[in-house]
Amino acid sequence: MANIGLLAFFQVQVPGVPEHRVTDIFKPLASPAAAERDIGWFAIAITALIFFVVASIIVYTIARFRRRPGDDLHQEPAQVYGSTQIELAWTVIPILIVFVLIGVTARVVWSVENASPPPSTLHVRVVGHQWWWEVVYPDYRITTANEIHVPFSPDGKEATYLELTSVDVVHSFWVPQLSGKVDLIPNRLNYMWIDPKQSGAYVGNCAEYCGNQHANMLLRVVADDRPTFQAWAQGQQKAVASDVSAGRTAFESLSCINCHVIKGTRAIGRFGPDLTHLASRSTIAAGMMTNTPEHLKAWINDPQAIKPGCLMPSLKLGGTELDQIVSYLGTLK
Amino acid sequence: MATIEQPLPVRPATIREEFSWSEVLYKWVATVDHKRLGLMYVVSALVFLVIAGIMASIIRLQLAVPNNHVVGPDTYNRLFTMHGTTMVFFVGMPMVAGFSNYLVPLMIGARDMAFPRLNAFGFWIFLFGGILLYFSYIGGSGLTGAGSAPDVGWFAYAPLTEKPFSQGASTDYWILGIFTAGIGSIASAVNVIATAISMRCPGMTLSRMPVFVWVMVIDSWLILLAVPPLTAAQIMLAYDRYLGANFFNTQAGGSAVLWQHFFWIFGHPEVYILIFPAFAILSEVIPVFSRKPLFGRPAMVAAVIAIGFISLGVWAHHMFAVGLTAWSNTFFAASTMMVGIPTGIKIFNWTATMFGGKLRLDTPMLYCCGFLLQFLVAGLTGIMLAVSPFDWQLHDSYFVIAHFHFTLIGGLVFGLMAGMYYWFPKVSGRMYNERLGKLSFWSFVIGFNTTFLPQHFLGFLGMPRRIYTYPTGRGWEGLNMLSSIGVIFQIAAVAMFAWNVVYSAIKGKRAGDDPWDGWTLEWATSSPPPEYNFEKIPVVRSGRPLWDLKHPQDPDWKFGQ
Repeated sequence: MANIGLLAFFQVQVPGVPEHRVTDIFKPLASPAAAERDIGWFAIAITALIFFVVASIIVYTIARFRRRPGDDLHQEPAQVYGSTQIELAWTVIPILIVFVLIGVTARVVWSVENASPPPSTLHVRVVGHQWWWEVVYPDYRITTANEIHVPFSPDGKEATYLELTSVDVVHSFWVPQLSGKVDLIPNRLNYMWIDPKQSGAYVGNCAEYCGNQHANMLLRVVADDRPTFQAWAQGQQKAVASDVSAGRTAFESLSCINCHVIKGTRAIGRFGPDLTHLASRSTIAAGMMTNTPEHLKAWINDPQAIKPGCLMPSLKLGGTELDQIVSYLGTLK
Repeated sequence: MATIEQPLPVRPATIREEFSWSEVLYKWVATVDHKRLGLMYVVSALVFLVIAGIMASIIRLQLAVPNNHVVGPDTYNRLFTMHGTTMVFFVGMPMVAGFSNYLVPLMIGARDMAFPRLNAFGFWIFLFGGILLYFSYIGGSGLTGAGSAPDVGWFAYAPLTEKPFSQGASTDYWILGIFTAGIGSIASAVNVIATAISMRCPGMTLSRMPVFVWVMVIDSWLILLAVPPLTAAQIMLAYDRYLGANFFNTQAGGSAVLWQHFFWIFGHPEVYILIFPAFAILSEVIPVFSRKPLFGRPAMVAAVIAIGFISLGVWAHHMFAVGLTAWSNTFFAASTMMVGIPTGIKIFNWTATMFGGKLRLDTPMLYCCGFLLQFLVAGLTGIMLAVSPFDWQLHDSYFVIAHFHFTLIGGLVFGLMAGMYYWFPKVSGRMYNERLGKLSFWSFVIGFNTTFLPQHFLGFLGMPRRIYTYPTGRGWEGLNMLSSIGVIFQIAAVAMFAWNVVYSAIKGKRAGDDPWDGWTLEWATSSPPPEYNFEKIPVVRSGRPLWDLKHPQDPDWKFGQ
């Protein structure tokens, strides 16, 4: 059964949601990433020009002054020891280039880091865990995981401020199309902001090595228009159906509840992701697999086969119990 | 009684020439000779280079295709940790010590280093550190049975190194191995400085001291300034792990960022410590193979001193993503870009040395040319990374991997190769095979660029570093495959180099004392040099004493510097 999970590795394409599956830093779809792209091109242009000039001189020198067959081996070339004027020239010109670069850098640093928030700002708190992302919306009293829903901002009037921290080791938040990275550091609050210009799901990764499953700490930011976002938020605020099913009984009787929260039930563990509205999420296992019953079943049956070293144990449940739990989790819209 | 009257048979001196392994072992283990110690440093560095190179090859094999299963995450994480740690502390650092040990006394006309026994101590404690690190594969499990070799990355960010996240003893082996090797580095640095200050031959003023020696002295100062912060941080980390201190233990209120400051205030000068030997080697090889003195010699020395100073104030450019203030991000961007100015001066002066010369494109010079072009790329990508907003995107991506491999392989290793080929005839008394040398050079150039050029673009495409596997569909597949293919050429190059060295050392043509028509004092003694280096201590009147001897009508002390 684990094979289903293995086959499905990274074929994460959620039907219905437009996906920006690119992580190309030169295709930004938000203001911070665009500012970084622009200064990036500027830096590339200057350094490429320097490379072209200096490399040409080096190659010309090698080609022009190489020893050729028939040269007199005992005839030494003119002994030149140096020249103050030349030395000054190639010191001053780089100094001027550096001054320009520092000025431009400072301007962009301030524009991104010390930007003032637009009128409509959403606050989201992202907490790094080994190896998943806890996402909290303090104004909406929502807790979810790995997928960050935000309103998109075609006209620059909306923005999302992210407050970043970690409960264990250092992680780093990187969705290349939206913004450069900012670290999530325990005992420290960091801030960044994003304003996606288009709707859809943006993919990213944890960018600071954080232990065994650093590679599979994937991240999705889902941008929608305001009404869709509000509808999503209201859905997340709803209490889940309280009717008791066989799956719920099984879930509550197992150690699942030690690490997971399902609001309104006995599951109050805070170590793993909040599962209250699991079925509304499009992926599981921190973005590794699409959220389908087969994948969920494979994951619960043996997480270690899919994400070796992750902190969820393999429970080795029997067939019916597993099916019941999977169908119960499927009801948590 | 009568037997006592009998004269004892005199042991003829020739009997000692009988070959015996214990004799050889004794000669090498008990030696305090700077040349033997220098050689042992270089050879152990090469052994570690091969080990770390094999690790890198497995890493590239794993990343050749997406979702690969050559190694699992835990093995992979150990591989890149051990690869990085080994390359920096057990290849780069002993190369610094090895080259300066072998060459500094010869170049300044001295009979040995200032403190020969400290020298031997430095080597053996370094080697012990390396063995301690690798012993972690056996001993790293500790009482909890978790882990084997360290898997925390070569800069070992806290709190991943703290007990809750790193059980077993693997991190402790990382701490102790580097801590121990650091003692060796300090010992060797003190020795180089003392030797260059107090043991120069008559007439060798500081302004006549070979640029190689100058650079190695500045390098040693940098070691003295940079290694202690790391040592301090490692002791603090060991206290955290065993005595319940909470310097970096965030769960008890410690600071994760503090470790980063400690590590990088060592770590950034460290990369200059590693690249300086290449600067030193190029400053000797390029003039001799261009048949011209080093252009702008005072500027070259001043540039190295400037790089040394500035490098002490750039460390937080490794931390642009930790949420520093806008002022700090700008300050460290500015200081980092400033390093580019003296570094540019160096590249321009080397090129000017070649300009108007008669370039002899033998293997050492080919490696110098490779260095110039590849290090130029490394320097310019460094400027791109210094632009802090651009670094927010590039930081911890494959662009950074490409940048520092261009520095440390395209730069440092190419420089070391130039040095090893250049001084091979001096050390062994025999000439290496020139055709094989050139073949291995071209194989290395092709392999190196095939592996590391594509990684710049992987960084642009958003591939983070230190991931053991990656998904399909992000445009990373082709470039990763290309990068892995390059490894084959690099392995071939290293194999040819190894064969060339071993075969030529035994069977090569006799090289004579001065095969390159060199100008510094090491070419004035026999090849290999005798234990006492010089029969008579030489007296010099300029920076190129052998040029003066060979051109009595046109000596440097009259017309040059």
